[in-house]
Amino acid sequence: MTLIATPVDALPTQPWRRSTSSRLHNLGYGLISLGAAGIVTLISPLAGPLGFYLVFVVVRIALIVPLVARDSIAARDQIMAVVITAGFVTAFIPWASIVSTVVREGLEAFHSDYLFTDMKTTSATDALGEGGLLHAIVGSTIILVIASLIAIPLGIVAAVYVTEVKGRLTRFVRLMTMSMSGVPSIVAGLFIYSVVAAEFGFSALAGALALAVLMLPTVSRTAEEVLGLVPLELRQASYALGANQVGTTFKVVLPTVRSGLVTASVLGLARVAGETAPLIFTAFYSASFSASLTGGAIGSLPMYVFQNFKVGTAEAITRAWGGAFVLLVFISSLFVIARLLASRSRKKV
Amino acid sequence: MTVTDNTSVTSTPEPRVLSVRRRGADRVFRGAVTFGGLSTFIVQALIAGFLLYRGAQLFADYGIDFITSEQWINAGDTPENGATYGVAAMLVGTIVTALIAVIVALPFVVGTSLFLEFYAPKRLRSILVSLLDLIAAIPSIVYGLWGYIVLVPQVSGWSKSLNEYLGWFPLFDVPIPIFDRSPLTAGLVLTLMILPIATSVTREVYSQTPRDQLSAAYALGGSRWGAIREVALPYGRSGLVGGMLLGMGRALGETVAVLLTLNLAFDINFRILASAGGNVASLIANNFGEAGPYELKALLAAGFVLFCTTLIVNLIASFIVRGAERKYA
Repeated sequence: MTLIATPVDALPTQPWRRSTSSRLHNLGYGLISLGAAGIVTLISPLAGPLGFYLVFVVVRIALIVPLVARDSIAARDQIMAVVITAGFVTAFIPWASIVSTVVREGLEAFHSDYLFTDMKTTSATDALGEGGLLHAIVGSTIILVIASLIAIPLGIVAAVYVTEVKGRLTRFVRLMTMSMSGVPSIVAGLFIYSVVAAEFGFSALAGALALAVLMLPTVSRTAEEVLGLVPLELRQASYALGANQVGTTFKVVLPTVRSGLVTASVLGLARVAGETAPLIFTAFYSASFSASLTGGAIGSLPMYVFQNFKVGTAEAITRAWGGAFVLLVFISSLFVIARLLASRSRKKV
Repeated sequence: MTVTDNTSVTSTPEPRVLSVRRRGADRVFRGAVTFGGLSTFIVQALIAGFLLYRGAQLFADYGIDFITSEQWINAGDTPENGATYGVAAMLVGTIVTALIAVIVALPFVVGTSLFLEFYAPKRLRSILVSLLDLIAAIPSIVYGLWGYIVLVPQVSGWSKSLNEYLGWFPLFDVPIPIFDRSPLTAGLVLTLMILPIATSVTREVYSQTPRDQLSAAYALGGSRWGAIREVALPYGRSGLVGGMLLGMGRALGETVAVLLTLNLAFDINFRILASAGGNVASLIANNFGEAGPYELKALLAAGFVLFCTTLIVNLIASFIVRGAERKYA
C-alpha cells in the first residue's frame, strides 16, 4: 500500500519541447517541399541543384503561409525560422562549392613526385606527370618562418602594453591595432617594395617583411584577448611576493597563457599564409628551387597558383588547382593545431 | 680567532620600505614595451609616408586630377610622351564592387549570425563558429580561381536574364552583350570573402544581448522571432553596421580575387553587368610588372589613395564597433 502515489499524468510537462506530432508535421512539410521541388525542377527551366534548392525553400515557406490566418504570431515565427535557416544554408553553398572544386580539380594535378620536384625544367604545356611544387612549399615555409620571427614578438609586446603596462596610450594602441588589421594586403606589399625591394630587388626577406606587416595586428589582437584571461589575483600574488613588473610579466603572466599565445601566433600565420598580392611586389616568383633568404625571387604557394593561372594552359590551370589544394590543406592544418592548443589552454587557465 | 655563531645573533629584519615608485628594471621594461605597443602606429605612419614620398611627383604633376580623371594610359610612360594617369575609374569601380558586396552580404550576415546565435543547436554552434573562422582564412587566390572558373559562367547566365527583363534600368544596361567578368561577378566574390568577418563581428554583438530581456520577451508570450526582433536586432544594430563596414574595408582593398574576376577597363562604369571595370588594387597588381619608372610612381600614388580610403572606412568601423561593445559590455 502506498500513500504517496505518483500518478502518471503528474509528470512534469515540458511545453517548450517539440511534440511528436509537430515533429511529424515538420517532416511532412519538408517531404512535400522536397517533392514539389523535384517536380518543378524536372518540368521547368529551373534545372540543377540550385533551382531545386530555391524551389524547396519557397515551397517550404508557402506551406506556412495558410497558417497565418489561424495564428499569425506562430506562423510568422515559423516563416522567419525557415528564412533564417535558409540564409545560413545559402551562405554555405558557395563555400562548399569552393572546397569541393579545389579538392576535385586539385587532386588531378597530383602524381607521385608532385610534392618533391620543382618546375625548373617543366613548361606550361608539359603533361601533369612532370614538375611539382617543392620550390613553392620551401619558399612559403621560409617566408612564413621569417615573418613569424618578426611579427609574433612584436605582436605579443603590443598586447602586453595593452594588458600589463596599461599606459596612457592604451586606447590609442588598440585603435591603431584595429585600423592596421584593415590595411589592404597590396598596400603592405607596395610599402615593402618601396622600402626594400625597389632598392635591393626581390627576395624572400622582403616577402617576409610584407607578410609580417599583415600578421602583426592579428597576433596582437588575439594575444590581447588571451592575456585578458589571466586572473588579476595571479599578478597581485606576484607583486605581493615582491616581484617587479618585468618578473611578473615574464615569469607569471606570459607562461600562464603560453599555449594561448601559440594559438594567437598560429592564427596569425593562417591569416597570411595564403596572401598573394603582397608577394607580387616583394618575393615575386621563381619556378626553380631556392632556399636563400636574400637571393632574388623565390617561389611560394600562392604565387605558384597565381602564375600558373596567368599562364592559362589546361595543364597550368590544373596545376593552379593543385597548388590551391596544398594551400588549403596547409591552412586547415594550422587551424586544427590552433584549435587543439586553444582547448588545452582553456582547460589550464 | 673569533667564531661567529649565527644562532646567537638576534636580529630583527629591517622593515621593508614600501614605495609606489617604479624600480629601474621596470622603467626600462615599460619604455621598451611602450615602443613595441606603438609599432602598429609606426608601421602605418611609415606606410603612409613612404607611399606619399614615392608617389609625390604624381600629386605634384596632376594635383586633384589624379583622383578625378579616369584615363590611365601608360604608353610612353611619362606625361611628356603622351601618357596620362588618373584613378577615378578605378575608384568608382572599387566603390561599386564593395557596395555590391556589402548589399548582397547584409541579409546573409544577419541570417547567419542569428542562426548561429538563436537557432543552431548548442553543440553544433561552436563547431560552426570555428568553421566560419576557418572559412575566413580561405586565401583570396582560391576565391579568384573559383570565381573565374565556376562563378563567372553562372553569373553570366543570371546577368543575361537580368539584362533581358530589367535592361531598361540603367544599372542593368549593357552596351555590348558580353556578361563575363563584370562588376557583379567581382562583387559576388567579394560578398563571399567579407561574409565570415562581418558575421563573426555581428554574432559577437548578438551574443551579448542581455539574457534577462530575452527571457522577459519569452515570458510575455513572445515567440522566438518576436524576441529577436524586439530585443536582439535593436541591440545588435551598431554591431551589425560596424561588422559590415569592416567587411567593406576588406572589400575595398581586395586585389587578386578582383583581378581574376573583373575585366580591367578604364571607364567610369556603373553598369554592373557589363564586362568592364576594375578596382585600385587590381590596377596596381595588373600594371606593376610592365610599369616604367614614371608609371611605377603613379602606382605607388594609387596605393596611397587606396590606403587612405580603407583607413577612413576602418577607423569609422572601429569606432562604431567599440561603441557597441562598450554599450553592452
